[in-house]
Amino acid sequence: MDHIAELLVLTLAAGTPLVFAALGELVTEKSGVLNLGVEGMMLVGAVAAFAVAATTRNPWLGVAAGMLAGAALSLVFAVITLSLMANQVASGLALSLFGVGLSAFVGLPYVSIVIDGLKPLSISGLSDLPLVGKLLFGHNPLVYLSFLLFVAIQWFLYRTRPGLVVRAVGESPQSAHAIGYPVVRIRYLAVLFGGACSGLGGAYLAVAYTPLWVEGMTAGRGWIALALVVFATWKPWRVLAGAYLFGGVTLAQFQAQALGVEMPSQVLSMLPYLATIVVLALISRDAITIRLNAPASLGKPFHPGS
Amino acid sequence: MRIRLEPRPEPSRLAGWLSPLAAAAATLVVGFLLFSALGKNPWQAFHVFFVKPVATLYGLGELLLKAGPLMLCAVGLAAGYRANVWNIGAEGQLTMGAIFGGGVALAFHDSTSPLVLPAMIVAGALGGMAWAAIPAFLRTRFNANEILVSLMLVYVATYTLSLLVHGPWRDPEGFNFPQSKLFNDVALLPNLLPETRLNRGFLLALAAIAAGWVFMSKSLVGYQMRVAGLAPAAANYAGISATRTVWFGMLAGGACAGLAGVNEIAGPLGQLQPSVSPGYGFAAIIVAFVGRLHPLGILFASLLMSLLYLGGESAQMGLALPSAVTGLFQGALLFFLLASDVFINYRLRVLRSPRSPSASGRSPLPRAGR
Repeated sequence: MDHIAELLVLTLAAGTPLVFAALGELVTEKSGVLNLGVEGMMLVGAVAAFAVAATTRNPWLGVAAGMLAGAALSLVFAVITLSLMANQVASGLALSLFGVGLSAFVGLPYVSIVIDGLKPLSISGLSDLPLVGKLLFGHNPLVYLSFLLFVAIQWFLYRTRPGLVVRAVGESPQSAHAIGYPVVRIRYLAVLFGGACSGLGGAYLAVAYTPLWVEGMTAGRGWIALALVVFATWKPWRVLAGAYLFGGVTLAQFQAQALGVEMPSQVLSMLPYLATIVVLALISRDAITIRLNAPASLGKPFHPGS
Repeated sequence: MRIRLEPRPEPSRLAGWLSPLAAAAATLVVGFLLFSALGKNPWQAFHVFFVKPVATLYGLGELLLKAGPLMLCAVGLAAGYRANVWNIGAEGQLTMGAIFGGGVALAFHDSTSPLVLPAMIVAGALGGMAWAAIPAFLRTRFNANEILVSLMLVYVATYTLSLLVHGPWRDPEGFNFPQSKLFNDVALLPNLLPETRLNRGFLLALAAIAAGWVFMSKSLVGYQMRVAGLAPAAANYAGISATRTVWFGMLAGGACAGLAGVNEIAGPLGQLQPSVSPGYGFAAIIVAFVGRLHPLGILFASLLMSLLYLGGESAQMGLALPSAVTGLFQGALLFFLLASDVFINYRLRVLRSPRSPSASGRSPLPRAGR
């Protein structure tokens, strides 16, 4: 039984970077902006978080730095796509490529450095309870933060006025503009929020999950997060479910060895990516559902008066 | 005083030509600032980065050697991008092309037939096409986003290659290194320029450029692809099959990337290794955009990108700068291109107060009666 609790904790931990990145991207896409640069923002967040945590010996400062770095990179994207009205797909790709290059460059001095990362909680007494102990009290602090983030986003988008405005901007920016809402400014904020969350996801990877820096350490999680948002048909709770599902698949690499399954490690490593493809194909099959749930103006540039 | 972006009545052709040059210039400026910030003499750094790599015949050979796969991949990708078919997985298709081509080379390792090399090339193209067929199929049949599928397949292809060179295809006499047997001479591309590493694969790249130009501007399918990209509704109304557009766009990219993959293993590498490309598939995306999706532009853009690659290596040796600076420049180049592309469809207007007439901005007509 304890083993199952252990597995669940590990699954949640493995899925958390996806939770951060995908929830942030969900908010961005809800406002109508398609930001494909999640991978770049995650990596930049990871390297910033690691660098600051290593220099200041404070992992929480690193996390804050990671969020700022992700937001800063997304600001470049926002300026190019929202103010200069460039193509969102191409700009997002550029952001990813640039983020990968920038993080590799900045991260060079930190490659073999070891830091004291954020460790999972261990409250004496509570964490030792059978089954529930680890499950409720044994997570990494950032994992708890991800739960909070989910609740906050769910509440914000569906139970507050500003959240309604964000969704309205995503469905019909022309109508929102006609009513008088500052569409471009709202989209800027949504993009920045998404950037900060992606940076947070990267920071979690570099400071909590595996406290080290390696070039390209997100290994495509940013792209998987993008697929997750589609898979979740833009609903936050489904993002959570999907992220943990993928966390589980990612864990299979390590668990398979423990279970004595004889498969080459590369095949196991391929699983998350193959799973993403399968899941994406299955969910996209129903074009009507996608069209109904996707923000209607997703990816289209907004020009007042057009 | 306010600055505003105004839509142009029609796209500016001048801006279309100037935009890649402006982007390149801006990237150089960033490089200048970066070198200064890192404490190097910027002029010396420029020399080491941009001039020294091509100062010798060998250097020129290297320039063309790296430009070849970039050209190949970018021409294939551009065909798709024109039709809004976003193949991002060229790196994976390149890897698959290398695997297929390498497989043929290893299968006929003891043969001395001159047919081995052509067989490898065909196999490589087919391998790339097969890998690109997956996102094409999933897009046309399941409406799955081809950007994400093709990208996921890059990771799958890389792991597949790793599996093969660590396992069944590892050279038994290779001291346990993860690499295949060295290909024998019939499986290698002949040299093109003595004293350099340039091989005949470069001719393949040039042929692809020519074929791309003919196809895009002269053929019916090329025309249909362009229409499908510019006006999907009109294309649909005219009976241009969207399915065929997607398939063609993806397969063109896959075939070209696969060819590039074979060129790499039958050329400079001479065997299969865990990594057969320093990111050519991704750099080719940038090359395609900077080259304006036009084969001639792609030719020049791939030379520029190749110079960035060589510059990074040169900077690593001559300036003790990390070679990761190449990736930084590549990304910055694309960003600047997208930013300066804005001026094709929009123009900058500086609005002053009504008393002084608007002196700046690019308005060609005099303002009457204000």
